[in-house]
Amino acid sequence: MLGNLINQGRIKSPWVVHFDCGSCNGCDIEVLACLTPLYDIERFGIINIGNPKHADVLLVTGTVNQRNKHVLKNIYDQMPGPKAVIAIGACGCTGGVFREAYNVVGGVDKVIPVDVYVPGCPARPEAIIDGVVAALEKVKGLLGMTA
Amino acid sequence: MITKILLAILALVAAPILGALISGVDRRITAWLQSRYGPPILQPFYDVLKLLGKEPMVVNTWQALCAYVYVAAAALSVVLLFIGSDLLLIFFVLTVGAVFLVMGALASPSPYSQIGGQRELLQMLAYEPLLILVFAAIAMVTGSFKVSAVFELSRPLLYDIPLMFIVLGYALTIKLRKSPFDISACHHAHQELVRGVYTEYSGPYLAMIEIAHWYEVILVLGFCGLFWSTSVVGMVVLVALTYLAEIIVDNVTARLTWRWMLKSAVGMGVVLTLINMIWLYAQ
Repeated sequence: MLGNLINQGRIKSPWVVHFDCGSCNGCDIEVLACLTPLYDIERFGIINIGNPKHADVLLVTGTVNQRNKHVLKNIYDQMPGPKAVIAIGACGCTGGVFREAYNVVGGVDKVIPVDVYVPGCPARPEAIIDGVVAALEKVKGLLGMTA
Repeated sequence: MITKILLAILALVAAPILGALISGVDRRITAWLQSRYGPPILQPFYDVLKLLGKEPMVVNTWQALCAYVYVAAAALSVVLLFIGSDLLLIFFVLTVGAVFLVMGALASPSPYSQIGGQRELLQMLAYEPLLILVFAAIAMVTGSFKVSAVFELSRPLLYDIPLMFIVLGYALTIKLRKSPFDISACHHAHQELVRGVYTEYSGPYLAMIEIAHWYEVILVLGFCGLFWSTSVVGMVVLVALTYLAEIIVDNVTARLTWRWMLKSAVGMGVVLTLINMIWLYAQ
């Protein structure tokens, strides 16, 4: 029964940490827009916690390059499991228009496993919220929850 | 004896549940003040359940010990309050817990955690003299440091030491790390030093600290309740009004620097206490 309660807590309280991996700031503004009273993601128990050690979901925007891939990996490793990663925007998903550049590694999935891709340039706040919900559905599947 | 044991069990079990509900209502009212919808009232329970289920990750084993001592001390101080024990004893137990929280934060070399720990020490330096002054004033009225002595009074403490209630409110804001005194850590989205003193605690250990926070909410509101000990309704109304004022202050003020906090807390505390003591003597 405690296991069930903990699983319910996991679904209802995803704390996010946002990492800008070299984005143009378009997607970052949209991520922060989710916190505003208009979208108010705290309705779903989502908090932008700003600390990887407390976070359950890692939101990554922007292309990964040779210099910040270590930082990204480090942040991912600091998060205690269970955890999920959401790549936001065209750059985060694939590398976007920068994917051919000499210093660019590519999308976030080149460095760490990504659970959900949220496309868009920039991704809309609604799409980002949908992405978090999709990640939760995936977690539900992994935990073997039906409801 | 039996009633004391029952009260102790009530304190251990009901206090954190009530504290969590108060935190949930707090978040809801805060959201309302910011014209948001806000999380469900039960959100603090979901948060702690999730944290309990996370993979334990510690910087070193001392940190885990510190989290456990912190929650044990917070629980013990609430139990002592409920069974009508000594106010000074409650104060010492509370302080030991707070020191362990800081020691856990300082156990890691992370600069955020280090500065958060130092700032938490400064917060303790600001609220502890205030609490001692309040307890001394209560003892002057009742003639004893016993909590049970407060309940033998024929009229509420608020009539005799109203200014000490303001001092207690100040100490309460610093102790609960509410704005403008959310210097060492902050519960809201506007982070300070990542998560300040909480930065290096994670997973189940952070859950312990959350639970300790629920106990502490009940403890400080219990201190406020002592000021209207003659009727239960009066006590509930006084505590509810105090906490509501606390939430509003939390939302309308900006964070102060630690120098401001120390100066204003100690300066105001000493002046208000002096006035109240002179008034008590003159009566």
